[in-house]
Amino acid sequence: MAGTSTTSFGVDLDNITISFDGKPLFAGLDFRLEQGQCTCLLGPSGVGKSSLLRVIAGLLPLEQGRINSSDGHPIEDRLAWMGQSDSLLPWLTVADNVCLGARLRGDRADRARAAELLASVGLEALADRLPDTLSGGQRQRAALARTLMEDRPLILMDEPFSALDAITRNRLQDLAAASFTGKSVLLVTHDPLEALRLGHRIHVMTGMPATIEPALCPGGEPPRALGDHDMLDLQAQLLERLAGAVDQAA
Amino acid sequence: MSYRPWLVLFGFLLLWQVVIWMTGVPHFMLPPPLAVMQTLVEHAGLLMEHALVTLSEILLGLLLGVLVGAASALAMVLIPALQPWMLPPLVLGQAIPVFALAPILVLWLGYGMASKVAMAVLIIYFPVTAALFDGLRRTDPGWLDLARTMGASPLRTLWHLRLPAALPAFGSGLRIAAAIAPIAAVVGEWVGAGAGLGYLMLHANGRSQTALMFAAMVVLMTIALCLYLAVDRLLIRLTPWAPHSLATPNGRNP
Repeated sequence: MAGTSTTSFGVDLDNITISFDGKPLFAGLDFRLEQGQCTCLLGPSGVGKSSLLRVIAGLLPLEQGRINSSDGHPIEDRLAWMGQSDSLLPWLTVADNVCLGARLRGDRADRARAAELLASVGLEALADRLPDTLSGGQRQRAALARTLMEDRPLILMDEPFSALDAITRNRLQDLAAASFTGKSVLLVTHDPLEALRLGHRIHVMTGMPATIEPALCPGGEPPRALGDHDMLDLQAQLLERLAGAVDQAA
Repeated sequence: MSYRPWLVLFGFLLLWQVVIWMTGVPHFMLPPPLAVMQTLVEHAGLLMEHALVTLSEILLGLLLGVLVGAASALAMVLIPALQPWMLPPLVLGQAIPVFALAPILVLWLGYGMASKVAMAVLIIYFPVTAALFDGLRRTDPGWLDLARTMGASPLRTLWHLRLPAALPAFGSGLRIAAAIAPIAAVVGEWVGAGAGLGYLMLHANGRSQTALMFAAMVVLMTIALCLYLAVDRLLIRLTPWAPHSLATPNGRNP
Protein backbone atom coordinates (compact mmCIF):
# COMPACT_ATOMS: atom_id res chain seq x y z
CA MET A 1 0.00 0.00 0.00
CA ALA A 2 1.23 3.52 -0.77
CA GLY A 3 2.62 5.59 2.07
CA THR A 4 -0.13 8.20 1.92
CA SER A 5 -2.86 5.63 2.53
CA THR A 6 -1.77 4.66 6.01
CA THR A 7 0.14 7.62 7.53
CA SER A 8 -2.08 9.88 9.52
CA PHE A 9 -2.86 13.44 8.54
CA GLY A 10 -4.71 16.43 9.92
CA VAL A 11 -7.81 18.05 8.44
CA ASP A 12 -8.38 21.77 8.02
CA LEU A 13 -11.88 23.15 7.63
CA ASP A 14 -11.59 26.57 6.15
CA ASN A 15 -14.46 29.04 6.20
CA ILE A 16 -17.17 26.44 5.63
CA THR A 17 -20.87 27.28 5.29
CA ILE A 18 -23.80 24.88 5.41
CA SER A 19 -27.53 25.44 5.84
CA PHE A 20 -30.22 23.14 7.07
CA ASP A 21 -33.86 23.94 6.29
CA GLY A 22 -32.83 27.44 5.23
CA LYS A 23 -31.07 28.19 8.52
CA PRO A 24 -27.30 28.43 8.51
CA LEU A 25 -25.73 25.63 10.58
CA PHE A 26 -22.20 26.92 9.95
CA ALA A 27 -21.34 30.33 8.55
CA GLY A 28 -17.67 30.62 7.76
CA LEU A 29 -16.58 28.07 10.35
CA ASP A 30 -12.90 27.26 10.78
CA PHE A 31 -11.77 24.09 12.50
CA ARG A 32 -8.62 22.03 12.67
CA LEU A 33 -8.45 18.32 13.31
CA GLU A 34 -4.98 17.52 14.63
CA GLN A 35 -2.92 14.76 13.08
CA GLY A 36 -2.61 11.53 15.04
CA GLN A 37 -4.82 12.67 17.89
CA CYS A 38 -8.30 11.91 19.11
CA THR A 39 -10.45 15.04 18.95
CA CYS A 40 -13.82 14.96 20.68
CA LEU A 41 -16.62 17.27 19.70
CA LEU A 42 -19.24 17.98 22.35
CA GLY A 43 -22.39 20.01 21.98
CA PRO A 44 -26.14 20.12 22.45
CA SER A 45 -28.35 18.09 20.09
CA GLY A 46 -29.06 19.74 16.78
CA VAL A 47 -26.08 22.08 16.93
CA GLY A 48 -24.55 20.44 13.85
CA LYS A 49 -21.97 18.03 15.27
CA SER A 50 -23.05 15.22 12.98
CA SER A 51 -23.25 17.58 10.01
CA LEU A 52 -19.64 18.59 10.58
CA LEU A 53 -18.66 14.93 10.58
CA ARG A 54 -20.66 14.26 7.43
CA VAL A 55 -19.08 17.21 5.66
CA ILE A 56 -15.60 15.87 6.37
CA ALA A 57 -16.67 12.39 5.21
CA GLY A 58 -17.94 13.86 1.95
CA LEU A 59 -21.50 12.75 2.74
CA LEU A 60 -22.82 16.31 2.87
CA PRO A 61 -21.95 18.89 0.21
CA LEU A 62 -20.38 22.19 1.20
CA GLU A 63 -22.09 25.42 0.25
CA GLN A 64 -18.92 27.38 0.73
CA GLY A 65 -15.40 26.90 2.02
CA ARG A 66 -12.75 24.23 1.70
CA ILE A 67 -11.70 21.09 3.47
CA ASN A 68 -8.06 20.16 3.09
CA SER A 69 -5.89 17.43 4.44
CA SER A 70 -2.62 18.54 6.00
CA ASP A 71 -0.66 16.55 3.41
CA GLY A 72 -2.63 17.82 0.43
CA HIS A 73 -4.00 14.42 -0.65
CA PRO A 74 -7.72 13.68 -0.95
CA ILE A 75 -9.54 12.69 2.23
CA GLU A 76 -12.50 10.59 0.99
CA ASP A 77 -10.63 7.37 0.36
CA ARG A 78 -8.59 7.55 3.54
CA LEU A 79 -11.30 7.63 6.17
CA ALA A 80 -13.31 5.07 8.10
CA TRP A 81 -16.83 5.89 9.23
CA MET A 82 -18.74 4.68 12.26
CA GLY A 83 -22.24 6.04 12.54
CA GLN A 84 -24.78 6.26 15.34
CA SER A 85 -26.24 2.85 14.67
CA ASP A 86 -24.00 -0.16 14.20
CA SER A 87 -25.25 -0.59 10.60
CA LEU A 88 -24.47 -4.30 10.61
CA LEU A 89 -26.08 -6.00 7.62
CA PRO A 90 -28.48 -8.60 9.03
CA TRP A 91 -27.89 -11.10 6.21
CA LEU A 92 -24.12 -11.25 6.65
CA THR A 93 -22.28 -13.07 9.41
CA VAL A 94 -20.27 -11.02 11.87
CA ALA A 95 -17.05 -11.90 10.03
CA ASP A 96 -18.57 -10.97 6.65
CA ASN A 97 -19.80 -7.70 8.12
CA VAL A 98 -16.27 -6.93 9.25
CA CYS A 99 -15.11 -7.58 5.67
CA LEU A 100 -17.89 -5.46 4.17
CA GLY A 101 -15.55 -2.81 2.77
CA ALA A 102 -13.71 -5.31 0.57
CA ARG A 103 -17.00 -6.81 -0.58
CA LEU A 104 -18.37 -3.40 -1.56
CA ARG A 105 -15.20 -2.46 -3.42
CA GLY A 106 -14.90 -5.83 -5.13
CA ASP A 107 -11.59 -6.58 -3.39
CA ARG A 108 -10.47 -9.78 -1.77
CA ALA A 109 -10.97 -9.57 1.96
CA ASP A 110 -8.11 -10.34 4.30
CA ARG A 111 -9.96 -12.94 6.37
CA ALA A 112 -7.00 -13.55 8.67
CA ARG A 113 -6.87 -9.88 9.62
CA ALA A 114 -10.63 -9.86 10.16
CA ALA A 115 -10.28 -12.82 12.51
CA GLU A 116 -7.49 -11.01 14.38
CA LEU A 117 -9.59 -7.88 14.76
CA LEU A 118 -12.60 -9.89 15.90
CA ALA A 119 -10.39 -11.56 18.49
CA SER A 120 -9.10 -8.17 19.62
CA VAL A 121 -12.68 -7.04 20.33
CA GLY A 122 -13.50 -10.37 21.97
CA LEU A 123 -15.84 -11.67 19.28
CA GLU A 124 -13.81 -14.56 17.85
CA ALA A 125 -16.37 -17.08 19.05
CA LEU A 126 -19.22 -15.23 17.35
CA ALA A 127 -17.63 -14.72 13.92
CA ASP A 128 -20.09 -17.01 12.14
CA ARG A 129 -23.22 -15.74 13.85
CA LEU A 130 -25.75 -13.36 12.32
CA PRO A 131 -25.88 -9.89 13.91
CA ASP A 132 -29.45 -10.38 15.18
CA THR A 133 -28.21 -13.02 17.61
CA LEU A 134 -25.78 -10.57 19.25
CA SER A 135 -26.31 -8.21 22.18
CA GLY A 136 -26.10 -4.46 21.70
CA GLY A 137 -22.57 -4.33 23.08
CA GLN A 138 -21.43 -7.21 20.87
CA ARG A 139 -22.94 -5.54 17.82
CA GLN A 140 -21.08 -2.34 18.57
CA ARG A 141 -17.84 -4.30 18.98
CA ALA A 142 -18.43 -5.86 15.58
CA ALA A 143 -19.00 -2.37 14.14
CA LEU A 144 -15.76 -1.21 15.74
CA ALA A 145 -13.92 -4.17 14.22
CA ARG A 146 -15.42 -3.32 10.82
CA THR A 147 -14.26 0.29 11.21
CA LEU A 148 -10.73 -0.80 12.12
CA MET A 149 -10.70 -3.37 9.30
CA GLU A 150 -10.73 -0.47 6.87
CA ASP A 151 -7.31 0.46 8.31
CA ARG A 152 -7.65 4.14 7.47
CA PRO A 153 -5.58 6.93 9.01
CA LEU A 154 -8.69 9.03 9.72
CA ILE A 155 -11.62 7.73 11.76
CA LEU A 156 -14.90 9.62 12.00
CA MET A 157 -17.31 8.47 14.69
CA ASP A 158 -20.80 9.76 15.37
CA GLU A 159 -21.87 8.94 18.95
CA PRO A 160 -20.93 5.31 18.42
CA PHE A 161 -21.44 4.20 22.02
CA SER A 162 -24.46 6.30 22.96
CA ALA A 163 -26.93 3.42 22.94
CA LEU A 164 -24.92 1.21 25.32
CA ASP A 165 -25.17 0.74 29.06
CA ALA A 166 -22.47 2.34 31.21
CA ILE A 167 -20.33 -0.76 31.78
CA THR A 168 -20.37 -1.89 28.14
CA ARG A 169 -19.65 1.66 27.02
CA ASN A 170 -16.67 1.83 29.35
CA ARG A 171 -15.20 -1.38 27.95
CA LEU A 172 -15.72 -0.29 24.38
CA GLN A 173 -14.08 3.04 25.07
CA ASP A 174 -11.00 1.18 26.33
CA LEU A 175 -10.99 -0.93 23.17
CA ALA A 176 -11.45 2.09 20.96
CA ALA A 177 -8.73 4.11 22.68
CA ALA A 178 -6.27 1.24 22.25
CA SER A 179 -7.02 0.99 18.54
CA PHE A 180 -6.83 4.74 17.87
CA THR A 181 -3.06 4.88 18.36
CA GLY A 182 -1.41 6.84 15.55
CA LYS A 183 -4.70 7.66 13.84
CA SER A 184 -6.48 10.98 13.55
CA VAL A 185 -9.89 10.56 15.12
CA LEU A 186 -12.88 12.86 15.27
CA LEU A 187 -15.42 11.58 17.77
CA VAL A 188 -18.78 13.31 18.10
CA THR A 189 -20.43 12.73 21.46
CA HIS A 190 -22.88 14.32 23.84
CA ASP A 191 -21.22 12.71 26.85
CA PRO A 192 -18.52 14.81 28.61
CA LEU A 193 -17.24 11.69 30.36
CA GLU A 194 -16.67 9.92 27.08
CA ALA A 195 -14.84 12.95 25.71
CA LEU A 196 -12.64 13.07 28.82
CA ARG A 197 -11.83 9.39 28.64
CA LEU A 198 -10.97 9.33 24.94
CA GLY A 199 -10.00 12.79 23.72
CA HIS A 200 -6.57 14.36 23.41
CA ARG A 201 -8.47 17.50 22.54
CA ILE A 202 -12.02 18.35 23.49
CA HIS A 203 -14.05 21.01 21.71
CA VAL A 204 -17.48 22.31 22.62
CA MET A 205 -19.70 23.36 19.74
CA THR A 206 -22.39 25.98 20.38
CA GLY A 207 -24.78 28.38 18.75
CA MET A 208 -26.70 28.80 15.51
CA PRO A 209 -24.77 29.21 13.28
CA ALA A 210 -22.37 27.09 15.26
CA THR A 211 -18.98 28.09 16.54
CA ILE A 212 -16.37 25.81 18.06
CA GLU A 213 -14.60 26.80 21.26
CA PRO A 214 -10.83 26.39 21.67
CA ALA A 215 -9.78 22.89 22.69
CA LEU A 216 -9.57 21.67 26.22
CA CYS A 217 -6.56 19.36 26.52
CA PRO A 218 -6.84 17.13 29.60
CA GLY A 219 -3.23 15.87 29.40
CA GLY A 220 -2.15 12.26 29.79
CA GLU A 221 -2.92 9.44 27.39
CA PRO A 222 -6.41 8.05 26.78
CA PRO A 223 -8.18 5.98 27.93
CA ARG A 224 -8.05 8.01 31.11
CA ALA A 225 -9.22 6.76 34.44
CA LEU A 226 -11.98 8.96 35.73
CA GLY A 227 -11.32 8.60 39.43
CA ASP A 228 -8.86 11.41 40.10
CA HIS A 229 -9.71 14.89 41.17
CA ASP A 230 -8.53 16.73 38.07
CA MET A 231 -10.83 14.68 35.91
CA LEU A 232 -13.82 15.48 38.08
CA ASP A 233 -12.89 19.16 37.88
CA LEU A 234 -12.64 18.99 34.10
CA GLN A 235 -15.93 17.19 33.90
CA ALA A 236 -17.59 19.92 35.92
CA GLN A 237 -16.03 22.51 33.62
CA LEU A 238 -17.25 20.76 30.52
CA LEU A 239 -20.74 20.32 31.93
CA GLU A 240 -20.82 24.02 32.68
CA ARG A 241 -19.76 24.90 29.14
CA LEU A 242 -22.34 22.53 27.74
CA ALA A 243 -25.06 23.93 29.98
CA GLY A 244 -24.10 27.38 28.73
CA ALA A 245 -24.41 26.12 25.18
CA VAL A 246 -27.84 24.65 25.84
CA ASP A 247 -29.08 27.86 27.44
CA GLN A 248 -27.72 29.81 24.52
CA ALA A 249 -29.65 27.55 22.15
CA ALA A 250 -32.84 27.98 24.16
CA MET B 1 -46.73 -30.12 11.38
CA SER B 2 -49.67 -29.12 13.50
CA TYR B 3 -52.79 -31.27 13.51
CA ARG B 4 -55.00 -28.17 13.60
CA PRO B 5 -55.40 -27.62 9.81
CA TRP B 6 -56.47 -31.26 9.40
CA LEU B 7 -58.96 -30.94 12.22
CA VAL B 8 -60.42 -27.80 10.63
CA LEU B 9 -60.58 -29.56 7.25
CA PHE B 10 -62.33 -32.58 8.79
CA GLY B 11 -64.77 -30.28 10.61
CA PHE B 12 -65.53 -28.49 7.37
CA LEU B 13 -66.18 -31.75 5.49
CA LEU B 14 -68.41 -32.94 8.33
CA LEU B 15 -70.39 -29.69 8.25
CA TRP B 16 -70.74 -30.05 4.48
CA GLN B 17 -72.13 -33.58 4.89
CA VAL B 18 -74.44 -32.54 7.73
CA VAL B 19 -75.89 -29.71 5.61
CA ILE B 20 -76.67 -32.22 2.86
CA TRP B 21 -78.31 -34.65 5.31
CA MET B 22 -80.38 -31.96 6.96
CA THR B 23 -81.52 -30.03 3.88
CA GLY B 24 -81.74 -32.97 1.49
CA VAL B 25 -80.32 -30.75 -1.25
CA PRO B 26 -80.04 -32.68 -4.55
CA HIS B 27 -76.56 -33.91 -5.49
CA PHE B 28 -76.47 -31.99 -8.75
CA MET B 29 -76.65 -28.80 -6.66
CA LEU B 30 -74.33 -29.79 -3.85
CA PRO B 31 -72.55 -33.15 -4.11
CA PRO B 32 -71.50 -34.81 -0.86
CA PRO B 33 -67.78 -34.78 -0.03
CA LEU B 34 -67.42 -38.50 -0.64
CA ALA B 35 -68.84 -38.17 -4.14
CA VAL B 36 -66.34 -35.41 -4.87
CA MET B 37 -63.52 -37.64 -3.62
CA GLN B 38 -64.78 -40.51 -5.74
CA THR B 39 -64.84 -38.24 -8.80
CA LEU B 40 -61.31 -37.08 -7.95
CA VAL B 41 -60.12 -40.67 -8.13
CA GLU B 42 -62.22 -41.72 -11.12
CA HIS B 43 -61.30 -38.72 -13.26
CA ALA B 44 -57.75 -38.36 -11.97
CA GLY B 45 -56.33 -38.55 -15.51
CA LEU B 46 -58.66 -35.91 -16.89
CA LEU B 47 -58.13 -33.60 -13.91
CA MET B 48 -54.36 -34.01 -14.12
CA GLU B 49 -54.38 -33.17 -17.82
CA HIS B 50 -56.26 -29.91 -17.28
CA ALA B 51 -54.38 -29.12 -14.06
CA LEU B 52 -51.10 -29.26 -15.97
CA VAL B 53 -52.37 -26.66 -18.42
CA THR B 54 -53.50 -24.32 -15.64
CA LEU B 55 -50.32 -24.89 -13.64
CA SER B 56 -48.19 -24.05 -16.68
CA GLU B 57 -50.16 -20.86 -17.21
CA ILE B 58 -49.75 -19.89 -13.57
CA LEU B 59 -46.02 -20.63 -13.42
CA LEU B 60 -45.29 -18.97 -16.75
CA GLY B 61 -47.35 -15.93 -15.73
CA LEU B 62 -45.59 -15.78 -12.37
CA LEU B 63 -42.16 -16.06 -13.93
CA LEU B 64 -42.78 -13.43 -16.60
CA GLY B 65 -44.68 -11.10 -14.25
CA VAL B 66 -41.96 -11.25 -11.62
CA LEU B 67 -39.21 -10.75 -14.22
CA VAL B 68 -40.92 -7.80 -15.88
CA GLY B 69 -41.94 -6.31 -12.54
CA ALA B 70 -38.47 -6.65 -11.05
CA ALA B 71 -36.89 -5.23 -14.20
CA SER B 72 -39.22 -2.22 -14.04
CA ALA B 73 -38.43 -1.55 -10.39
CA LEU B 74 -34.69 -1.86 -11.05
CA ALA B 75 -34.91 0.41 -14.06
CA MET B 76 -36.69 3.08 -12.02
CA VAL B 77 -34.06 2.86 -9.29
CA LEU B 78 -31.06 2.81 -11.63
CA ILE B 79 -32.41 5.59 -13.84
CA PRO B 80 -34.36 7.95 -11.56
CA ALA B 81 -35.32 10.03 -14.60
CA LEU B 82 -37.66 7.17 -15.55
CA GLN B 83 -39.70 7.45 -12.35
CA PRO B 84 -41.98 10.36 -13.36
CA TRP B 85 -42.64 8.55 -16.65
CA MET B 86 -43.27 5.10 -15.25
CA LEU B 87 -45.04 5.72 -11.95
CA PRO B 88 -48.27 7.33 -13.28
CA PRO B 89 -48.90 4.61 -15.90
CA LEU B 90 -48.12 2.03 -13.24
CA VAL B 91 -50.71 3.40 -10.83
CA LEU B 92 -53.17 3.98 -13.68
CA GLY B 93 -52.64 0.44 -14.90
CA GLN B 94 -53.47 -0.84 -11.45
CA ALA B 95 -56.80 1.03 -11.60
CA ILE B 96 -57.87 -0.90 -14.72
CA PRO B 97 -60.06 -3.86 -13.73
CA VAL B 98 -57.91 -6.57 -15.25
CA PHE B 99 -60.79 -9.06 -15.15
CA ALA B 100 -62.70 -6.82 -17.52
CA LEU B 101 -59.74 -7.07 -19.87
CA ALA B 102 -59.97 -10.86 -20.02
CA PRO B 103 -62.34 -10.99 -23.03
CA ILE B 104 -60.15 -8.52 -24.94
CA LEU B 105 -57.04 -10.55 -24.14
CA VAL B 106 -58.72 -13.70 -25.40
CA LEU B 107 -59.78 -11.80 -28.52
CA TRP B 108 -56.22 -10.59 -29.12
CA LEU B 109 -54.19 -13.58 -28.03
CA GLY B 110 -56.58 -16.42 -28.74
CA TYR B 111 -58.01 -19.33 -26.78
CA GLY B 112 -54.64 -20.83 -25.97
CA MET B 113 -52.31 -20.30 -23.05
CA ALA B 114 -50.98 -16.92 -24.17
CA SER B 115 -54.06 -14.94 -23.12
CA LYS B 116 -54.05 -16.57 -19.64
CA VAL B 117 -50.36 -15.96 -19.15
CA ALA B 118 -50.81 -12.34 -20.21
CA MET B 119 -53.67 -12.02 -17.74
CA ALA B 120 -51.48 -13.37 -14.91
CA VAL B 121 -48.57 -11.10 -15.89
CA LEU B 122 -50.84 -8.06 -15.90
CA ILE B 123 -52.30 -8.81 -12.52
CA ILE B 124 -48.93 -9.66 -10.93
CA TYR B 125 -46.98 -6.78 -12.42
CA PHE B 126 -48.14 -4.01 -10.11
CA PRO B 127 -47.67 -5.67 -6.70
CA VAL B 128 -44.26 -7.01 -7.70
CA THR B 129 -43.01 -3.72 -9.13
CA ALA B 130 -44.39 -1.64 -6.27
CA ALA B 131 -42.98 -3.96 -3.61
CA LEU B 132 -39.47 -4.11 -5.03
CA PHE B 133 -39.37 -0.40 -5.88
CA ASP B 134 -40.48 0.47 -2.38
CA GLY B 135 -37.96 -1.90 -0.84
CA LEU B 136 -35.12 -0.50 -2.93
CA ARG B 137 -35.97 3.05 -1.97
CA ARG B 138 -36.04 2.32 1.75
CA THR B 139 -32.48 1.22 2.33
CA ASP B 140 -31.29 2.24 5.78
CA PRO B 141 -29.57 5.64 5.25
CA GLY B 142 -26.88 4.56 7.75
CA TRP B 143 -25.96 1.62 5.47
CA LEU B 144 -25.74 3.92 2.46
CA ASP B 145 -23.47 6.35 4.35
CA LEU B 146 -21.26 3.44 5.29
CA ALA B 147 -21.12 2.16 1.71
CA ARG B 148 -20.18 5.59 0.40
CA THR B 149 -17.37 6.06 2.91
CA MET B 150 -16.14 2.58 1.97
CA GLY B 151 -15.82 3.68 -1.63
CA ALA B 152 -18.56 1.42 -3.06
CA SER B 153 -19.80 2.08 -6.59
CA PRO B 154 -23.57 2.59 -7.05
CA LEU B 155 -23.88 -0.76 -8.82
CA ARG B 156 -22.05 -2.66 -6.09
CA THR B 157 -24.10 -0.85 -3.46
CA LEU B 158 -27.23 -1.96 -5.30
CA TRP B 159 -26.12 -5.57 -5.57
CA HIS B 160 -24.57 -6.09 -2.13
CA LEU B 161 -26.70 -3.78 -0.06
CA ARG B 162 -29.89 -2.38 -1.53
CA LEU B 163 -31.11 -5.57 -3.23
CA PRO B 164 -30.67 -7.86 -0.21
CA ALA B 165 -32.17 -5.15 1.97
CA ALA B 166 -35.18 -4.99 -0.37
CA LEU B 167 -35.70 -8.76 -0.41
CA PRO B 168 -38.20 -8.87 2.49
CA ALA B 169 -40.33 -6.15 0.86
CA PHE B 170 -39.99 -7.88 -2.52
CA GLY B 171 -41.09 -11.07 -0.76
CA SER B 172 -44.39 -9.47 0.25
CA GLY B 173 -45.00 -8.67 -3.42
CA LEU B 174 -44.09 -12.22 -4.44
CA ARG B 175 -46.48 -13.71 -1.88
CA ILE B 176 -49.32 -11.57 -3.24
CA ALA B 177 -48.33 -12.56 -6.78
CA ALA B 178 -48.35 -16.26 -5.89
CA ALA B 179 -51.79 -15.86 -4.30
CA ILE B 180 -53.44 -14.04 -7.21
CA ALA B 181 -51.78 -15.70 -10.21
CA PRO B 182 -54.11 -18.76 -10.04
CA ILE B 183 -57.15 -16.45 -10.01
CA ALA B 184 -55.91 -14.70 -13.13
CA ALA B 185 -55.33 -17.95 -14.99
CA VAL B 186 -58.76 -19.36 -14.12
CA VAL B 187 -60.61 -16.16 -15.00
CA GLY B 188 -58.80 -16.26 -18.34
CA GLU B 189 -59.95 -19.83 -18.84
CA TRP B 190 -63.54 -18.99 -17.96
CA VAL B 191 -63.69 -16.34 -20.63
CA GLY B 192 -62.49 -18.62 -23.35
CA ALA B 193 -60.27 -21.67 -23.44
CA GLY B 194 -60.02 -25.20 -24.75
CA ALA B 195 -58.25 -26.64 -21.71
CA GLY B 196 -57.45 -25.95 -18.09
CA LEU B 197 -59.22 -26.35 -14.77
CA GLY B 198 -61.31 -23.20 -15.30
CA TYR B 199 -62.48 -24.58 -18.64
CA LEU B 200 -63.20 -27.96 -17.05
CA MET B 201 -65.21 -26.34 -14.25
CA LEU B 202 -67.30 -24.34 -16.69
CA HIS B 203 -67.80 -27.39 -18.89
CA ALA B 204 -68.79 -29.64 -15.96
CA ASN B 205 -71.10 -27.00 -14.57
CA GLY B 206 -72.89 -26.76 -17.89
CA ARG B 207 -73.56 -30.49 -17.87
CA SER B 208 -74.60 -30.61 -14.24
CA GLN B 209 -71.52 -32.69 -13.41
CA THR B 210 -71.30 -30.78 -10.18
CA ALA B 211 -69.07 -33.36 -8.47
CA LEU B 212 -66.52 -32.95 -11.28
CA MET B 213 -66.72 -29.20 -10.92
CA PHE B 214 -66.03 -29.49 -7.20
CA ALA B 215 -63.21 -31.94 -7.87
CA ALA B 216 -61.61 -29.46 -10.28
CA MET B 217 -61.99 -26.77 -7.65
CA VAL B 218 -60.26 -28.97 -5.06
CA VAL B 219 -57.36 -29.53 -7.46
CA LEU B 220 -57.14 -25.79 -8.15
CA MET B 221 -57.17 -24.97 -4.46
CA THR B 222 -54.45 -27.52 -3.85
CA ILE B 223 -52.31 -26.00 -6.59
CA ALA B 224 -52.83 -22.46 -5.25
CA LEU B 225 -52.08 -23.51 -1.70
CA CYS B 226 -48.94 -25.46 -2.63
CA LEU B 227 -47.73 -22.58 -4.76
CA TYR B 228 -48.20 -20.08 -1.96
CA LEU B 229 -46.53 -22.31 0.61
CA ALA B 230 -43.62 -23.03 -1.73
CA VAL B 231 -43.04 -19.33 -2.34
CA ASP B 232 -43.40 -18.58 1.36
CA ARG B 233 -40.89 -21.29 2.33
CA LEU B 234 -38.46 -20.18 -0.35
CA LEU B 235 -38.64 -16.58 0.87
CA ILE B 236 -38.13 -17.57 4.48
CA ARG B 237 -35.08 -19.53 3.42
CA LEU B 238 -33.75 -16.64 1.32
CA THR B 239 -34.31 -14.00 4.00
CA PRO B 240 -33.75 -15.71 7.34
CA TRP B 241 -33.00 -12.32 8.94
CA ALA B 242 -36.37 -10.82 8.07
CA PRO B 243 -38.98 -10.43 10.84
CA HIS B 244 -41.28 -13.16 9.46
CA SER B 245 -38.60 -15.72 10.14
CA LEU B 246 -39.06 -18.18 12.97
CA ALA B 247 -35.31 -18.19 13.60
CA THR B 248 -35.44 -15.08 15.79
CA PRO B 249 -38.80 -15.10 17.56
CA ASN B 250 -37.90 -12.03 19.60
CA GLY B 251 -36.65 -10.05 16.64
CA ARG B 252 -33.47 -8.06 16.95
CA ASN B 253 -31.76 -8.12 20.31
CA PRO B 254 -31.76 -4.84 22.24
